[in-house]
Amino acid sequence: MSDSTVKLHYDIDAEDFTTAGEASSGVKKTLTRLGVNPELIKRISIAMYEAEINAVIHANGGFADVEITPEMVKVVISDNGPGIPCVEDAMKPGWSTASNLVREMGFGAGMGLPNMKRYTDEMCVESEVGVGTKITLIVYLNR
Amino acid sequence: MLKVSEIVKILDAEVLTGQENMDLEIYSGCGADLMSDVMAFVKESVILCTGLVNPQVVRTAEMMDIKVLCFVRGKVPGEAVIELAKEKGITVLATQQPLFICCGLLYSNGIKGRGVWN
Repeated sequence: MSDSTVKLHYDIDAEDFTTAGEASSGVKKTLTRLGVNPELIKRISIAMYEAEINAVIHANGGFADVEITPEMVKVVISDNGPGIPCVEDAMKPGWSTASNLVREMGFGAGMGLPNMKRYTDEMCVESEVGVGTKITLIVYLNR
Repeated sequence: MLKVSEIVKILDAEVLTGQENMDLEIYSGCGADLMSDVMAFVKESVILCTGLVNPQVVRTAEMMDIKVLCFVRGKVPGEAVIELAKEKGITVLATQQPLFICCGLLYSNGIKGRGVWN
């Protein structure tokens, strides 16, 4: 891939659940076009998709900012939602506050944050109750 | 390993899109209605069997490079879901069989690859 940095910004719309995932899909397409290793693309795509879905189901949408350099892919998903009262709890596999409606849509298994951690090299969750949540996901491309 | 054409016969499934992919080889499978559980295990050459019929099934398949979906229990997705799958090059099957039976039939006929945790 070229030496230049690619920056992408997406609004994550929560109005329509059926369109959730379009930002992750767009990033996956860009990474494929740039010739990034498919295994790394899969890791960052899954992690970003989980974060995007979280913003839709928990926070009424948000924003995705993606930076792609020859060294790494950095994804920041931010929202102005209710925040996570205890990040430590939310990181436990199976722990979920999702409604039955969300489960009927196929999410709320309590695997979102654990999956993000599993598939990235670095993950940072910054959250304040009543203010919002910012999740930073990094996958290095040359390790 | 099974070819998609063999899976269609074993599950008595209908091909909703992807008729051109019948020779695709499938080595592993997963059966789940919660997509984050699907995303917890990365596998190669996968069929995803699910009773969930919303577009997020196709999105999950897209992110995980899953090339074949099978909707179970007689569930039929809407046109928009099939169109999205077609756009992403994902083959879609539908069967009357319940999820457990589907998994059992596929496993006993040779799809035994499993995902890697961590």
